[in-house]
Amino acid sequence: MDKTQQVQSMTETLSKFIAYFGKVLPDDIRQKLEELRKIETTPMAALIYDTMFKNQELAAKLNRPSCQDTGVIQFFARVGTRFPLIDDLSEIFRNSVLDATKHAPLRHNSVETFDEYNTGLNVGYRTPSIDWEIVPKSDKLDVDIYMAGGGCTLPGRAMVLMPGAGYEGVADFVLDVMTSYGPNACPPLLVGVGVATSVETAAILSKRALMRPLGSHNPNEKAALMERELTKAIDAIGLGPQGLKGERSVMGVHIENAARHPSTIGVAVNTGCWSHRRGNIAFGPDLTYTIVSHKEAVL
Amino acid sequence: MKKILNTPVSDSDLQDIRIGDVIYLNGHIVTCRDVAHRRLIEYGRELPVDVRGGAIFHAGPIVRKLEDGKYEMVSIGPTTSMRMEKFEKEFIRETGVKVIVGKGGMASKTVEGCREYKAIHCVFPAGCAVLAATEVEEIERVEWTDLGMPEALWLSRIKEFGPLIVSIDVHGGNLFEQNKIDFNKRREEEFTKICEHIRFIK
Repeated sequence: MDKTQQVQSMTETLSKFIAYFGKVLPDDIRQKLEELRKIETTPMAALIYDTMFKNQELAAKLNRPSCQDTGVIQFFARVGTRFPLIDDLSEIFRNSVLDATKHAPLRHNSVETFDEYNTGLNVGYRTPSIDWEIVPKSDKLDVDIYMAGGGCTLPGRAMVLMPGAGYEGVADFVLDVMTSYGPNACPPLLVGVGVATSVETAAILSKRALMRPLGSHNPNEKAALMERELTKAIDAIGLGPQGLKGERSVMGVHIENAARHPSTIGVAVNTGCWSHRRGNIAFGPDLTYTIVSHKEAVL
Repeated sequence: MKKILNTPVSDSDLQDIRIGDVIYLNGHIVTCRDVAHRRLIEYGRELPVDVRGGAIFHAGPIVRKLEDGKYEMVSIGPTTSMRMEKFEKEFIRETGVKVIVGKGGMASKTVEGCREYKAIHCVFPAGCAVLAATEVEEIERVEWTDLGMPEALWLSRIKEFGPLIVSIDVHGGNLFEQNKIDFNKRREEEFTKICEHIRFIK
């Protein structure tokens, strides 16, 4: 394949993958929802879980996006400096969204700000959004692609605490978001928390936290402890599926952290809904790929 | 047995419905969300679809245009109703709508509107957009297409549309607000407990 063909081939692969994971949830999410479904006891929770599972069956059978809100597509790319198509990746990502929008189909979710019109293309100024992490001396690409609907985007909050507030202040902040905005964000939720210096450093970490597979833990022992404690606490609030009460509130709580300025604690919360449409795909230098998030996927 | 409402809905149809009930809807429903509410309430533009006695759906669907010029409902699930709280009481008064379907709770102004003008708010389980689409028999009309696919008014004929969980009734009940009292109480207890474990700054 020459370079043009390579670019085209990778664009097609990503387009197909985006369309696919808008219809089929990742393996870890499906397994967790099965688990949570069994724990719930009330007829209301059972009705809601039955409806959710029926919907996922229909989405796969009818080949349609399982939720109508297919988000503003976000890419989280860990790219090797020697990945052969590094110069073309921005265009490949954008074109894969354009293509998937027609073929999946996806909803037109890019409204130009200030001029306030829907582009009708599902891409616009600075969308899809791309978060880059450079991996020196690597020739590979590992990318998470995410469809967050408006519902689970709305609870997003960030602020800078004074150190006197401590990690107790972090927990207070997270729990506040859960009771005020959690019920409307389509629980059971995946909760991403960023702890750093400022709003933007914490915010990007809180979103990257949502890209971690379920069951993973923060490598720092204390941060991992806080993940477990927050999971217990939020579960005990008992949001249940759709915020209509139940035994559990979350699929997980993930914390990502960075060192902080001595005078500040930046904290941010992002939530992922039960329909957590995240796709993880890894490309080698010859563009062969592995779909990590969906073992049974065939594009 | 399924409790099924038919549009047009009358005040008396809603009298015995309480929060937490599960109902289904036959007849028509039109999508109506942020900008459509703003146009009616803030700019005084008349809604191009008459919803008196009818139902609106806080939703922005994925729709496919077919070769014969008709539209196919691909995927349609509810969007966050709270965004319409600012407008909903006046919306109910102006339009005479009886059933509002969306996601999550709404607040005190909508509760007032539902009580004074006799209407209910229901939740369609969110994220279940293909199920909802299969309960749409046909898209009969579309208006305000200048707003783009999610915001346009899509008028659909529906059959046993649901399950719809009643979250606000005509008697002043509000399921989500009621639940929030419990959530907040437990939140305080849990906060006290968690603080014991996370005093990392020493």
